[in-house]
Amino acid sequence: MEKTKYQELVNELSPNSKIISNTLKAFLIGGLFSIGGQFILNTFKSAGIAQDSAATYTSIVLIFIGVLLTGLGLYQRIGKFAGAGSAVPITGFANAVASPAIEFKKEGHIMGVGARMFILAGPVIVFGTFTSMIVGVFYYFSKGGLL
Amino acid sequence: MEYMKAFLVGGLICVIAQILVDKTKMTMPKILVSFVVIGCILSAVGLYQPLVDFGGAGATVPLPGFGHILARGVMNEIDEAGFMGIFTGAFKAMAGGVAAAVVFSYIASLIFNPKEPKQKK
Repeated sequence: MEKTKYQELVNELSPNSKIISNTLKAFLIGGLFSIGGQFILNTFKSAGIAQDSAATYTSIVLIFIGVLLTGLGLYQRIGKFAGAGSAVPITGFANAVASPAIEFKKEGHIMGVGARMFILAGPVIVFGTFTSMIVGVFYYFSKGGLL
Repeated sequence: MEYMKAFLVGGLICVIAQILVDKTKMTMPKILVSFVVIGCILSAVGLYQPLVDFGGAGATVPLPGFGHILARGVMNEIDEAGFMGIFTGAFKAMAGGVAAAVVFSYIASLIFNPKEPKQKK
């Protein structure tokens, strides 16, 4: 009796506690990537670079870091710990491009690296482009009424 | 304070994704695509910019920020170039990041090898 009750309690609680710990890890790592991004952004801005360019440079630096960590095999390890915390920041986008590029190099430069590079990032670009185009159509025909 | 806000906003966006992973069995690519689409739409209706104003990099570093950049890019380009902006805006806005990802990743594929159990041929 006691044991089955205990088991029930464990079954009931353990998935939740796992979800809570996953969530905290995602929060921590996702937050840290954002702090890193903020630091890089501030560095570019204090160097006198305009806001928009500084933001693009920040993305490029973060992408470089993401690709480098992927090449060194470290991003996968962070990912195991952080889950969505490392997949959602732009470094995760870089990882999604670099990871298959490296993995499929044995299939050659063209059909391996070149073709597989966008296996994960492609959908993001396709639907991002599609959505923003719809936004553009609405924006154009409402003459800026969207904002 | 700026860093705290970035941490908070960036962390919370990742938390939403993590909860979706754990609770709904949505796959990660699906979540990432949804986040970009949602960021794009929120940006279009003017709701994402306030988040950027508050959270700084916390709002721009996660993927919804990518959607925001696309939507803003399209709208800015329409203001400047008119109708053609509908077609050129998104790619112009993402050009820097995507080109960087492609070039760095190609170079990485030349330098690094897959981290697999070693096998000799």
